[in-house]
Amino acid sequence: MSTAKTIQDLTSQDYKWGFVTSVEEDRIPKGLNEDVIRLISAKKEEPEFMLEWRLKAYRHWAAQEKAQAEPKWANVKFPPIDYQNIVYYSAPKKKPELKSLDELDPEILRTYEKLGIPLEEQKRLAGVAVDAVFDSVSVATTFKEKLAEKGVIFCSFSEAVRNHPELVKKYLGSVVPYTDNFFASLNSAVFSDGSFVYVPRGVRCPMELSTYFRINASETGQFERTLIIADEGAYVSYLEGCTAPIRDENQLHAAVVELVALDNAQIKYSTVQNWYPGDKEGRGGIYNFVTKRGKCLGRNSKISWTQVETGSAITWKYPSCILMGDNSIGEFYSVALTNNYQQADTGTKMIHIGKNTRSTVVSKGISAGHGQNTYRGLVKIQKGATGARNYTQCDSLLIGDKCGAHTFPYIEVKNSSARMEHEASTSKIGEDQIFYLRQRGLPTEEAVSMIINGFCKQVFRELPMEFAVEAQKLLSISLEGSVG
Amino acid sequence: MSMLEIRNLHASVNNHEILRGIDLTVNPGEVHSIMGPNGSGKSTLAQVLARRETYEITQGEVLLNGKDLLSMKPEEAAGEGLFMAFQYPVEVPGISNAYFLRAALNAVRKYRGQEELDAMDFLPLLKEKMQLLDMDERFLNRSVNEGFSGGEKKRNEIVQMAVLEPKLAILDETDSGLDIDALKIVAKGVNTMRSKDRAIVLVTHYQRLLNHIVPDFVHVLVDGRIAKSGGPELALELEDKGYSWADAPVAAISK
Repeated sequence: MSTAKTIQDLTSQDYKWGFVTSVEEDRIPKGLNEDVIRLISAKKEEPEFMLEWRLKAYRHWAAQEKAQAEPKWANVKFPPIDYQNIVYYSAPKKKPELKSLDELDPEILRTYEKLGIPLEEQKRLAGVAVDAVFDSVSVATTFKEKLAEKGVIFCSFSEAVRNHPELVKKYLGSVVPYTDNFFASLNSAVFSDGSFVYVPRGVRCPMELSTYFRINASETGQFERTLIIADEGAYVSYLEGCTAPIRDENQLHAAVVELVALDNAQIKYSTVQNWYPGDKEGRGGIYNFVTKRGKCLGRNSKISWTQVETGSAITWKYPSCILMGDNSIGEFYSVALTNNYQQADTGTKMIHIGKNTRSTVVSKGISAGHGQNTYRGLVKIQKGATGARNYTQCDSLLIGDKCGAHTFPYIEVKNSSARMEHEASTSKIGEDQIFYLRQRGLPTEEAVSMIINGFCKQVFRELPMEFAVEAQKLLSISLEGSVG
Repeated sequence: MSMLEIRNLHASVNNHEILRGIDLTVNPGEVHSIMGPNGSGKSTLAQVLARRETYEITQGEVLLNGKDLLSMKPEEAAGEGLFMAFQYPVEVPGISNAYFLRAALNAVRKYRGQEELDAMDFLPLLKEKMQLLDMDERFLNRSVNEGFSGGEKKRNEIVQMAVLEPKLAILDETDSGLDIDALKIVAKGVNTMRSKDRAIVLVTHYQRLLNHIVPDFVHVLVDGRIAKSGGPELALELEDKGYSWADAPVAAISK
């Protein structure tokens, strides 16, 4: 991580913020209005088109909010959110700094140790002031050079707006328009930053792109926005998130991710989400209301989503594919775990528009404690999608007798040549299974972890190797104490 | 010292007493067969010894190599060298046999303070044991018991036993559901495991298994008690006269 650079950015922006005078800060404390939008855009030195877009989004959102059109259909419960009680521009987001790891919640520290995260990395995650010397700027630099050689653009969204406005203008909102849904509108109006990737024609991105290596990665968070474009024949694999629990003071997270794949292009997007889930009694925790969608615009293009969702108090997320190009392919592989009082309503939408489009959906939901886990999926075959095929497999695993698993599969077929398969199962980790493994010598927690990993195997094997190993460890840790 | 010492063991499930005072001593090198009609408590005895928590121990004690078995968790009993072949082996989808067995062996080795085996050391060992039970190479990557036939599941139990090399092996109705060819393979596997340091307890309903694995002692369990004990000839006599014969004196009194 290039913490040196990050620190530099932070301090310089701090300075800038201070320079603009703190009066301004006083004038816009909490709440949202057009002035706040203008300010955000000005702070980021955005071109006019961005401001216009944000304002349109804001007006749309404000009308929705006035009409109380916040979506209510998800199978989750939470008290009403006061949108005027949120600070939308907190400048460079800075976590309260701790002097040393000793000040950190011992529970989080213990998790870091279990995950085997190096000490300096622990400090970065926890927001401890770091010694800039340790940082491996060289890693990030080498990384950037290698990408530049191939013409791959990988930068923060703000940089992209400044340096590649034509690409941003062309594709921003082309998959998730600002009118898409309540939270997407909010994000469009106020998004702070995120990632931007452009892989040029015929280029196979030479390495997996990870937020981890992106300069300014520590700034991401509350209202993140990501845009990835794979030009004709390009390939890119993008990793998002981190297995380590991330401390964050913001409760509402509303991110938007847009993917665009042109002819013969392929995008693989992998997520490990482990935001703070709240405590064992269900107090606190992040509300993670995310809109993720990919458009297979070109022929023979392919978009794969793989997600391992273990964090957040509430997850509301449907990474989807719009299969426009003929022969295009959409995939969704998901593990969602809810423990204690966590709630997840997650799934996917596969919209088949082009001919011979194919989609695969594999969803594994695990509920423990009082967790409530909902799969919600839509497979839609449009009139013109001759020869479309879908395979959906949707499995739920229950641990204990206080949790819940729910499934809402929607299927809409308007072309009689479509072939659809849907398999679903619900099972319980049985005392039989655990006893069998314990009789062979495995302690209860190892036994449970083995059963869970077996259950999730189809999804884990879609993850890049290193992520898969971490994801397995993460699941075991997230389930600690839920059995026996 | 005896391998297993059971003294006046009483066990219940839901306040219903199933084991009603069992006494049994098993020494290293011995093979004991526990026979009995359905519902006599054979499987309960096996599961209590393997430390299944569904059963409540109301009286008695059990020593495994001199240690209090009834205070052990299932994984501790396994670490102490107790193995049970299940009557109904459980499926573990998504976990390969090779992975599972290495994890099990290493868990047991860890308990004993022995070094864990890596995949390179483990694979030849597993393959050797598989040959013993006529298991196909494909077995390695198949999920534990998933989609296995009844016979394959039982053979798999014996492969596991061979890999884990227990001191005390309890085989719970391993012969049930086996055709004669599979029965012979399983018996061959068990016979190879016989040694002066190891004790084996065969729980079975039928005498036919004992044609292939000849026990040193046969005990007849009726109504949660051992009604009769003897040598291998007792099994033949039972086959001839039926379980009511073994139970006769007890039954006469209770009526």
